[in-house]
Amino acid sequence: MKPAPFRYERPETLEEALGLLAEHGEEAKVLAGGQSLVPLLSMRFARPAVLVDVNRLPGLDGIAAENGHVRAGTLARQSAFGEAPPVLERVPLATEAVPHIGHFATRNRGTVGGSIAHADARAELPLALVALGGSAVLASRRGRREVAADDLFVTHFTSALEPDELLVETLWPAAGPGWGCAFEELALRAGDYALGMTACVLHIEEARIAVARVAVGAVTDRPTVIPEAGELLAGEAVDATLAREAGRAAARAVDPVDSLHASAAYQRHLTGLLVERAVLRAWEAAL
Amino acid sequence: MIPIEITVNGRRYRETVPARLLLSDFIRHTLGLTGTHVGCEHGVCGCCTIILDGTSIRSCLFLAVQADGSELRTVEGLAGGGELTALQRAFRERHALQCGFCTPGILMAAVDFLGRHPEPSREQVVGLLSGHLCRCTGYEPIVEAILDAAGER
Repeated sequence: MKPAPFRYERPETLEEALGLLAEHGEEAKVLAGGQSLVPLLSMRFARPAVLVDVNRLPGLDGIAAENGHVRAGTLARQSAFGEAPPVLERVPLATEAVPHIGHFATRNRGTVGGSIAHADARAELPLALVALGGSAVLASRRGRREVAADDLFVTHFTSALEPDELLVETLWPAAGPGWGCAFEELALRAGDYALGMTACVLHIEEARIAVARVAVGAVTDRPTVIPEAGELLAGEAVDATLAREAGRAAARAVDPVDSLHASAAYQRHLTGLLVERAVLRAWEAAL
Repeated sequence: MIPIEITVNGRRYRETVPARLLLSDFIRHTLGLTGTHVGCEHGVCGCCTIILDGTSIRSCLFLAVQADGSELRTVEGLAGGGELTALQRAFRERHALQCGFCTPGILMAAVDFLGRHPEPSREQVVGLLSGHLCRCTGYEPIVEAILDAAGER
């Protein structure tokens, strides 16, 4: 068998799940969609003593709009999330990002919460959540806390989750009139890990940018807002020159490392290009 | 060892399995249903795709114990009574397979895909196939076959 032995627990209630995490701490690993975890188990990069399968916890897969955001239960599947009416209407950035995640069958199984908790710097949903200024709700026996996406992602595969905490839902700020967004990614093949990715969120008032958030992933150790690009855009109207300048600002701000598939210089160039395209598209969407 | 009860292609199975047994290995080794193929075993190649409770999933990214109480459909469950489905016929007519290793996974994904996208664009079908590696056909005949099958529905 491929994975190393583990004890399998399938709690039926949230209380029971949190109890198991409190009891086993770092020895335990939460199994949600499993689209990243099961390969890690099979390759034995992950060897948890206890696997806590949360898939049968009730009421954690809902997707609903309320008070200026869309609330997604941690077990909402990625494919369902991208196509859910509240997301289609209010979080178009997520709808744009989801098709870039893996493949048709893996999106059927992969969860929104699992992707956020996994904190892969090359993953789409963490980048979208950071760009939107969203947050996650973490539960443990000690209580609940809401953590802003900016504070949630620490570095590669490392989040602010404590070993006894379960990510129970994510909050996605809703776009209204005057808001525009765009998600851009380049991967060698559709569904592969991205070489570069960016998400841009703009709010326009009287044909000028009031709020601009540009965030990049894949070339950084966590999804990262680029304030230099946002400051450059604030108060302006976007044209091709300004979009290119925003791209250049983002390219200067990142410090990628050489990889098998792309040199650092290429990744820097790519980041600039993706930001330029995203800014232009977000502007058009906001008008 | 954990007891599980699973329905596969309409037949009920009761087995006792180790927690770490992958569903793909359970289907092939425990049940002997070798139509489901195993390639990369980390979710990239798509060969092991099956339908679990109506939705296509990678059986290599799923534990057999997780499927307890579920209903599975594998490629063996497509041609009821030996008659090929429209999708299978389209694959034969379009020469959409050669060695056949990737075919079961593509068929099962396509069944789910066509159920949710009855009139897919060519681009959508190509997008679906990004999750399935085929070394023989160059993909074009597979795209044509899936579009043909969609047209017949």
